[in-house]
Amino acid sequence: MATKFEPKILGFLCNWCSYAGADLAGVSRYQYPANLRIVRVMCSGRVEPSLILEMFIQGADGILVGGCHFGDCHYQTGNYFAEKRVKLTKKLLKRIGFEEERLRLEWISASEGERFAETIREFTKQIKEIGPSPVSGTTPNVDILKALFAAKNAVKDFRLKLLVSRELDLVMEGNVYNEKVPQEEIDTVLDAAINYELDRCSIIFEVRDEALSVDELAQRLELPPNRVLQHIVTLRDRGLVMLDRIDNDTPLYLAVEEGIK
Amino acid sequence: MAMEIKEPRIGVFVCHCGVNIGGFVDVPDVAEYAKTLPNVVHAENNLYTCADDGLTAIKNAIKEKNLTRVIVASCTPRTHAPLFMRICEEAGLNKYLFTFVNIREHCSWVHMKEQEKATAKSKDLIKMGVARAVLLEPQEEVKIDVRPSSLVIGGGIAGMTAALNLANQGFETHLIEKEPELGGFLRKLSTLYQTQESSAKAYEGLIKKVEANDKIQLYKNTTLKSLTGYIGKYDAVLNVNGEDKEIGVGTIIVATGADEYRPKGLYGLGEHDNIITLTDFEKMVKEDKVPADLKSVAFITCSGARGQDKEYCSRICCTVTVKNAMKVMEMASKGGDAEAKVEEASVDEKAVSDKEEEKAEEPEEEEGESRRRSRRDRRGRRGGRRRGAERGEERPKERGAAVDVTVFNRGITTYGIEQELLYNKSREQRVKFVRFVPENPPKVSMEDGKLTVSYYHETLKADRKMNPDLIILATPLTQRPDAQELSKMLKVPLGRDEFFLEAHVKLRPVDFATDGIFLCGTAHGPANITEAVAQAYGAASRASIPMSLGYVQAEAIVSYVDRERCSGCKSCEVVCPYGAIQFDEEGLAEVIVAACKGCGTCGSICPEKAITMTHYTDEQLTAEALAALEEVGT
Ligand SMILES: Cc1cc2nc3c(=O)[nH]c(=O)nc-3n(C[C@H](O)[C@H](O)[C@H](O)COP(=O)(O)OP(=O)(O)OC[C@H]3O[C@@H](n4cnc5c(N)ncnc54)[C@H](O)[C@@H]3O)c2cc1C
Ligand code: SF4
Ligand code: FES
Repeated sequence: MATKFEPKILGFLCNWCSYAGADLAGVSRYQYPANLRIVRVMCSGRVEPSLILEMFIQGADGILVGGCHFGDCHYQTGNYFAEKRVKLTKKLLKRIGFEEERLRLEWISASEGERFAETIREFTKQIKEIGPSPVSGTTPNVDILKALFAAKNAVKDFRLKLLVSRELDLVMEGNVYNEKVPQEEIDTVLDAAINYELDRCSIIFEVRDEALSVDELAQRLELPPNRVLQHIVTLRDRGLVMLDRIDNDTPLYLAVEEGIK
Repeated sequence: MAMEIKEPRIGVFVCHCGVNIGGFVDVPDVAEYAKTLPNVVHAENNLYTCADDGLTAIKNAIKEKNLTRVIVASCTPRTHAPLFMRICEEAGLNKYLFTFVNIREHCSWVHMKEQEKATAKSKDLIKMGVARAVLLEPQEEVKIDVRPSSLVIGGGIAGMTAALNLANQGFETHLIEKEPELGGFLRKLSTLYQTQESSAKAYEGLIKKVEANDKIQLYKNTTLKSLTGYIGKYDAVLNVNGEDKEIGVGTIIVATGADEYRPKGLYGLGEHDNIITLTDFEKMVKEDKVPADLKSVAFITCSGARGQDKEYCSRICCTVTVKNAMKVMEMASKGGDAEAKVEEASVDEKAVSDKEEEKAEEPEEEEGESRRRSRRDRRGRRGGRRRGAERGEERPKERGAAVDVTVFNRGITTYGIEQELLYNKSREQRVKFVRFVPENPPKVSMEDGKLTVSYYHETLKADRKMNPDLIILATPLTQRPDAQELSKMLKVPLGRDEFFLEAHVKLRPVDFATDGIFLCGTAHGPANITEAVAQAYGAASRASIPMSLGYVQAEAIVSYVDRERCSGCKSCEVVCPYGAIQFDEEGLAEVIVAACKGCGTCGSICPEKAITMTHYTDEQLTAEALAALEEVGT
């Protein structure tokens, strides 16, 4: 490829602060590279991990989520949830070996036009340095692409989402017994949940086209067989995996097609 | 939902904005490009789309070309969307089928030196707009009726003021008070620092007015049992003397006040009868039970506040401390005179009650005389002041004050002009102020059967001791224990310090984020009467706006719940800042359209994907963003 790499950068900006900050950058004529494409949302709290992951799957080189500073969210607390979700998404990206720096969260107010421009300049430069997304173009890295799909499935998981929605509450208000749960503890639970979901997604991928046994899966995914068995039980409960047939006393499992998407 | 779209007919209007866009973007080229996009049946460029001819062009095209979507690529929706939406509406097109594409602030003005790129980006942005426009759906804005009636919770000075204000505007007002009597915290107080008059004066007249007002339904011994509904239509069940009573109102004002914090054990509070709080002391004064022979009194401010238990500064207690320090002085000087008289009459020491009688019987002139005398005293003392001050506050008894009053403090914050003067006056009256640092607060103990305060004198740089007869702690105001329950019922938040939290600290100080619920008085945080009353007027006035209009205009951009998918997990309820999600009998979520503000946070958290955010659906956002990732011209 002879042409210079021009990254594709998406900006999901909240209407009330960051989008307005971008407006002010314009009004003040602060110049920045033309790589950014802005999608307006009402609040940064609207931006969900699956949307971000989908855009990475589709080849975005960088994604900026922009919201109001804490305390300034037009809807009080949307940005707190945005932060939790971006953090979760970054954690996922890191785990699957996709550069987490491609995702960035910034609080930019309506009066920070210069900071907006500077942020875009700097982010664009950073993405140029990192280079094109491993899954963009005509020869995407299939492993990472697969992992991104898995991650996208993981964030759709019921309990993972539930945990993220409750996380803030647990930290700030405590549980029903009024005990405050320390952040690290929640992080540990989140980490475990993410890891499990990724394992489960990988299992679904493996058994999409061919029926496999627990042992075969354990070998391919380098996981302990009893862990794989646990996952299979969960996945069967959720209707995502079914028993295909029993070969030589060994049960073989296959993905249920609809469940995947 | 992306399915069965009846082939939308899109019109694109690309604006030159004079040279603002036209000078950096090849506008005609962009318009030509727009014509090539799917479903675009009309594209043109205008010198100023927002000028009359531009607007007329939009209207004409809608009619002549049967447009079902309109896209304007120009400046920013934050300023110009209302105009173009109105034009669409005037031409018979639902205004939510309009799409704004920002090619000025987000493009021509920020890529002035890269005109080719700016043109390419403009095309991209329009492509994104088209992708979004195809998926848009018409929306309706509904009006919601607001009942002209209000529920005021709490019958302290704030609640009564708010209730009267609403009633005087003609609104049916229900005032509920937990206690058998109206008046709130003021009932416990002696005199007020603003007037030096009995606190009863501040509330008794108000109570009479409230009780006489036939627009006010007054319920004493009453709390809120449950609440459903939203702005305009709140249905409340009251617990009146143990019996249920249902009422319906349009708005609610929270005026539940605050309690005094009593940190048991701090500085020995609760362990000795002579270690008390400011409120205890005010009660003593009110009930005439202050011991007569006080020789030395110590106040300790910020007890349990500013990092010691509670994080916050309770604001009013410095002034209240000064008020009561002066009260001690005043009583002692009176007592001193009385004592002198008793001695003159050579009556042996009698019980306090005698002296009390004496005081009561003192004729007016005597009172006046005694006051004059004490003033003279003060003037007489002034000469020696400077020298005394240099020696620190520890001056011998010779100065003649009947009682020694020491205020241990971490800096005195008697904010406000009058309050500051009050502080100055207290200094003139020889109230001693001894500063301490939080790392080294005074220590209270019993030594040889005497109350002892040991402290480090910051000015003298020396450890000191004193033996007060009475120690009075200035403790902060604190939230009432049942506030949590109320906050859950009303779905309004408590802040970090547990006080009720307003919608915006600067711009909406008496509103809650939830529409239709307002806030005043110390329920919001420490405040004096003046401030509580001002807030009460504010809250009443804010509440009266939707009630006098008779309706509120609900947002058209709201979320809705797909009942088939909802599992009743309540995630959405947790994240909604407006209490706009309620659960029906089956435990499934539904959105209260009147309360929803359309942020979309619930939609992105719902684990079952049961919530759709109108106008910002997953499909719309995904399509718009995806269009950006395609190469131009594809
Ligand atoms: C020691 C001390 C001295 C003070 N001195 C002064 C002074 O000199 N000057 C001055 O300006 N201010 C002074 N203040 C402050 C003053 O007391 C407050 O500003 C004032 O009382 C606030 O009035 P309010 O109506 O907001 O709250 P409150 O007076 O606390 O009234 C709240 C009312 O709501 C009722 N209530 C509570 N919960 C519920 C419920 N769930 N349902 C129904 N009813 C409920 C309560 O019973 C109470 O009657 C002093 C405060 C203290 C602690
Ligand atoms: S004593 Fe003064 S500084 Fe301390 S909490 Fe009260 S108002 Fe604040
Ligand atoms: S509105 Fe800007 S982050 Fe919520």
